This record gives sequence, C-alpha cells and structure tokens, in this order.
Amino acid sequence: MPDGNHGPFEPRIVAFFCNWCTYLASDLAGTSRMKYAPNTRVVRVMCSGRVDPQFVLDAFARGADGVLIGGCHPGDCHYQEGNYKMLRRFHLLKRLLAQMGIEDERCRLEWISAAEADKLKAAVNDMVEKVRALGPLHLAIPKEEFAEEEVAVS
Amino acid sequence: MQEPSERGSRASRVGVFVCHCGTNIAGTVDVCRLVEYAGTLPGVALAREYKYMCSDPGQELIQQEIREHGLDRVVVAACSPCLHEKTFRTATAKGGLNAYHFQMVNIREHDSWVHEDKDAALEKAKDLVRAAVRRVRLHQALETKRASINPDVLVVGGGIAGIHAALTLANAGKHVYLVEREPTIGGHMAKFDKTFPTLDCAACILTPKMTAVKAHPNITLWTLSEVTRVEGYVGNYQVNVTRKPRYVLEDLCVGCLECIEACVYQQAKVLDEFNLGLGKRKPIYIPFPQAVPLLVVIDPETCIEFKSHKCKKTCVEICGERNAIDFEQQDRTETIEVGTIILGTGFKVFDARRIPYYGYGTYPNVYTSLELERLVNASGPTGGEVVLRDGRTPKSVGIIHCVGSRDAHTNRYCSRVCCMYSLKLAHLIKEKTEADVYNFYIDMRTPGKGFEEFYNRVAEEGLKLVRGKVADVYPEGNGDGRLVLQVEDTLLGMVRKVPVDMVVLSVGLEAQADAQEVRRMFNITCAGEGFFLERHPKLAPVNTFTDGIFLAGCCQSPKDIPDTVAQAGAAAAEALALIDAGSIEMEPNTAYVLEEVCSGCKTCIPMCPYSAISFLEDKKKAEINEVLCKGCGTCVAACPSGSIRQNLFEDEEIFEEIEGVLTYA
Repeated sequence: MPDGNHGPFEPRIVAFFCNWCTYLASDLAGTSRMKYAPNTRVVRVMCSGRVDPQFVLDAFARGADGVLIGGCHPGDCHYQEGNYKMLRRFHLLKRLLAQMGIEDERCRLEWISAAEADKLKAAVNDMVEKVRALGPLHLAIPKEEFAEEEVAVS
Repeated sequence: MQEPSERGSRASRVGVFVCHCGTNIAGTVDVCRLVEYAGTLPGVALAREYKYMCSDPGQELIQQEIREHGLDRVVVAACSPCLHEKTFRTATAKGGLNAYHFQMVNIREHDSWVHEDKDAALEKAKDLVRAAVRRVRLHQALETKRASINPDVLVVGGGIAGIHAALTLANAGKHVYLVEREPTIGGHMAKFDKTFPTLDCAACILTPKMTAVKAHPNITLWTLSEVTRVEGYVGNYQVNVTRKPRYVLEDLCVGCLECIEACVYQQAKVLDEFNLGLGKRKPIYIPFPQAVPLLVVIDPETCIEFKSHKCKKTCVEICGERNAIDFEQQDRTETIEVGTIILGTGFKVFDARRIPYYGYGTYPNVYTSLELERLVNASGPTGGEVVLRDGRTPKSVGIIHCVGSRDAHTNRYCSRVCCMYSLKLAHLIKEKTEADVYNFYIDMRTPGKGFEEFYNRVAEEGLKLVRGKVADVYPEGNGDGRLVLQVEDTLLGMVRKVPVDMVVLSVGLEAQADAQEVRRMFNITCAGEGFFLERHPKLAPVNTFTDGIFLAGCCQSPKDIPDTVAQAGAAAAEALALIDAGSIEMEPNTAYVLEEVCSGCKTCIPMCPYSAISFLEDKKKAEINEVLCKGCGTCVAACPSGSIRQNLFEDEEIFEEIEGVLTYA
C-alpha cells in the first residue's frame, strides 16, 4: 500500500467479503468496469459468519485504518444465518473498538448482494472518504504489545 | 489435515505466476514490476509472467516450473477465483503437487478493471500477491471429497421451459418430478394464440408436448402442487412438495366432463382465470379444453357445497360409481429425494394499473396484450372474435409498446418480446377485423431469426407505425367509448391525438411475485430486477451459485419461446452431465474439531444451521460431521478456545493474509 509517510495520507482498508454476495458484487463491479478508490484489500471468506473479531483487531493492530465487512443481506445468507451471527458479534465488537478509542467509522458492516456492484462502489468510496477525513489510526496500545497480548489469548 | 505440532512450518519454494490477460491486467498493472517484486518475497523460488495463464501453454508453464524448480506451492495472480480457481488447482495437481497447495490472487476484477491510477493498481497487486504468498506457505494438503448424484431430477414449473426440460431428461431415461402450481401445465404459452415470427399456433406446437409429459413413464407430474422445503446439497436434495386438493381423485376421474354439465349452476358465473376474467366458468371446471392433466377441478371459493354444505351435489350423482369427487380432500405433503433441480418458474405480466394515465381498469376498452391473446384465440372467451366488451367490433386499435418496460418509473429493462408480439397482434387484429391498427413504439426491436422479416411483412400489410411514447389515454368526450391517444410523434416532430376504439397495452415481463421467497428456499440469488441470477451471464447462463440447481426460461430474464426452449435444453444437459458423471467434487473447506483443545462448552452447537455439530457426551467434546458441514466457518469464528478449525480457511492462513496486505513493501 502507499506508504503513509510519503505524500498525502491514503487510508488502508482491509475488507472481509463473503464468497457468495459481496465478493461477487466486487467481481461484478470489475466486469462492469466501475471505478472506485484503490484503498481496499479484500480477504475472501466463505461467509461473513467466518469473520472472527480477532481478524478485525489484528487488522487494526497491523496498521489498517479501517475494516470493511461485507455479507449477504439479512435472510439471504448462502448458509442461512451466518450473517446474523456476524451481526451479533459486530455489535459487541463495536463497543470494544469504542473503548479502544477506534472511531465508529473505521469499522463498517455492509450487506451487499451479488447484484449490487453499485452499492459496493458507493460503500468503498464512502468509507475511504470518511477514514481519510479521520486520518491515520493511532492506537492507544502500542502495536507490539497488542500483538503479544493477542498471541497470549489465542 | 496436520496435527497442531506440525503447524507453522512454512513452505519455502513458492512459484508466483502473473497473468497479463492480454491487456485486461497488463494494461493497468505493470506486470513486469509485479513479477520482479514477487521474486523478492520470502519463500518465493521463482516468479513468472505469461500473456494468458489460463491457456494450455500457460497451464503447461505452471506444471513445468513445478517439476523443474521443485516448487512446493503455487500462487497465480489473474482473474477472480470464481472463474479459474479450478483450472489452476488442476494445473497445480498435474504438476505433481496437492491441488490445495495453491492460492489465487484476483488482480483483474478487484484491481485492473476498477482502478485507473496505475501506481495505485500496482501497489494493490503487490499487496495482494504478498498476502497470497504468505498464506499459501501455510496451506495444508487436502483430499477432495466427492458427493454422489441421485439421478432423479425435480423440475419446478410446468410452462414450456419446464415441459421441455422434463421431456429431455425423461427421454434420456432419467426420472423427473414435474411440479406445477396451477391445475394444468402449459404456462403462459398455452394462453397464446399464434407465435411470432412464424405464426404457428401455440396450442398446435405445445399441446403435443403437454400430452407427452402426461404419458411419459419417466415423468411424475404433480399439478396444484408447490415446493415448500428444500434441504441438502448437490446430488442429494430432500424436497417437500405440498399438493393442494383438487377435490377430484386423479386416478379415478377420466375427464368425461359430465360433472361440469351437471353442476347446479346452470350458467357459468365465475370469472375464468385462464381467460384473465374475460370469460366465465362454473365452480367445477377444467382450465381449458387441452388442459393436462385433463381432470376437472373444484374451486372451493365458489362451490356451494363448500359454502353451505347444502348443495344437491349433482356432480357426485352423475359421476356415479366412479366416485371421483371428494369434498374432504386435504393438503398433503410428499417428500422426494433428487440430485438436481431445474427452476422454470416463469414470469408475471406487468400490472398495467401501475401506469394510471393509460386507463387500464378505468376505461373498459383498454386491454392488456395477454387479454388480446385470449380474444384472438379460437378457444378463447369470444371464440376468436376480436370484439369490445359491449360486443362491437373495433374499427381502429392502438397498441402501446413498452408498458412497464424501458421506463425509469417502472422497469428499466427491455422485456424483449413486446415489439414482436405487438406486431403479431397487429397482424391478427387486422386479419380478423380489418381495423386500422396503430403501433406506438419507442424503438422497434426485432433481433432474432426471421424477426426483421416479420416486421417488414406486417408493416407492408398497412400497419400504422407511430414512433413515440404515448403520454395519455382519455375518452373522446361524446360518450361513445372511443379513446384518444396523445403522443409526440418523434418522426414528424409534432403532438398527435389519435382516436381509437380499442387500446392494447403491450405489458412487459416481470419476475414472479414470490420470486424472493422461492429463491430463498432454493438458496439462489436474484438480480436487481428480481429475476434469478445466473452463475455467469455468458458462460454459465443456466447455472446458479448453488451447485445442482439450474435455471430455464423467463425466471432468469424475459425471453421468447425459442430462447426459453434452448435454455431448458441446456439446463437439462447440465443436469444430465452431473447425473452421468455419477458424482461431483466438493470443496474440502469443512470445519473440524481439535479434540484435545475442545473444552466442551457447546458454544458452537447452536451456531450450525445444518446440525452438523454434535456433542459427544462420553468425551465431553464437540464433533463435526464432515458430510453435513457446508464450510461456512461460523462455528470456527465462534469457538472461544480456538479448537474448531476450517480447511482452506485456517485462522493462521487468514492472519497471514491480513498481515500480508498490511505489511509495507
């Protein structure tokens, strides 16, 4: 990713997209040659239900300025209800992130179906703009300690 | 799967292969610099580029480099894994590695096609390649599992799509369950009079196929039936079909129709659905003379026996010893097991009331095109006479195209068939009434074999063509029921007011009202307009994202009869390919429990929607049934002790990927 120390700040956003809806929306945006901000890096998972809160924390610890989670619309999960499980965790995770001083806009959950390439484009662009406005993430805990703590937990 | 103690060992001879995809990737991402960068990554033994990695020489290159350089892992940076993951896994396996010692990087759909800034695109590609290299070094060798394919097929919907698919499969010797919600098969096509562009009569070409369905020993036909539950996976679906009561026993009724004659209703008084309310039927009826199965059906909403239980039951009397009428019939549910499913659930016509200024439902002389099909049809409510509701023959008719199509307020898409059926109706109306027929069109769209020729032919018959979108339909004012169409004729460049006796609205095709519920039940996706989404618009047009479920006909998008039949044949062929292969490869991305770490907390058990996790009471440990697990990974994320793992999506692999995309180059 563009080094934050050179030139204007470019947010680094890690995106966890489910294989069946949001990853495919991302593919469709490509096939449709839509243009959007180049700041996201997609990590594919089979279901948004696979997104362990530790993945999000790890991303922030390793220098992400934002985390975007994409899943199927409620009721549309390829695995029936994995996205609801994600939603439950997401609410808890947001409270934890707030306690760590990570702003609300830095972690986002979007329901984007395989047909909604335009929604994907809008979500990415909007998130990049909002995180750009917030500036780089400064974690209260030094990253090294954060990482050690996590190893101890896992 | 390896034991935890063996985890963490990293492969050290990764080969990175970057595809140019012609200029699709190379036009935006500097492939040479990407390859150069990939070569410097820890664990990478070599990095190569090629113009088309998915081509035979490209795949050959991968295999050759694996052998010559002793590679132990492969990364291909190319298009979406949804397109070519399988291709490159196969190449990796042919090169002598485990197929899952491979990771794909999407630098086309997710990068070169969506970014214009070449530097940013290259940086993104580097990050993604770095993440994949870090990830693949941890990949475990996995075995491919295979699921057997039950040879029986379920076809949902008995229109021309379902009929053609069912017959194709049955002729190939496969057993087919054909489920139709209406009392008869035939769908919309059975309502049409003639079919464009050849003008052959719909009934003449359709009814032989309908009777063939009924007669075929390999087809189980269930009408008045709906699928109410679908479980299982490719090759092994369990389906519940709810069969609604006909109140006539199918194996006893011979279709003599005497009961209809005998009904206490002397006159047909109930609006007839098949004729869209233009005709009448009795409470005991057949939908239309060539209905299949040719069995009477009783409508409990209007039958006196159901209302008051005091009917003389003359129908039962005349049926006599056959005893085919049964007022006590109830819903019953059949459970069937099939390996593949074809959805041919069709479309609904656009509700013309949604465009109030065309006056449908307000002015009696405004009709929809489907109503006109019934009026011109010899077996229709008027015996094929084109007459107004008051019995007069129209002297002038205005056909309005694109009603509910190509319109930002209703549906943006073109319904594809309306121009052609409007021309056909114009021809038929003219032939039957000698009326002046106007076609008001936005653009005349006639792409298809013989379509343009048909347009020219009808135009030469003296059809009045007006290019313009009708803005208003209103009564002439003198009370004679004539209607005025106001339109801007865009070729003359002036507003015209055209008085006519009859207005026909060429309504577009929409997804079925319950398309959303249906797709949820079958675990498939709808596109934005509500039609079912195909796996790939060009290369997998009848496949869905759920293996073993295929699409045919207008449930996928509006299309004409030839295209529907072609698609139904293709869907049948896809099902046959699975059946004859006997089994299908399954993704080995299932979850498993590390027994020694599991604390027996049971958190995972309610996470699984497939009941794949059970609790071993004797050991106080959770256990995952590999056959039932579908690989979503929800339990893996939920496990507090980290004792559930997922093949292909191990925690370590995902952490490597996260760290990989975030590490500065």
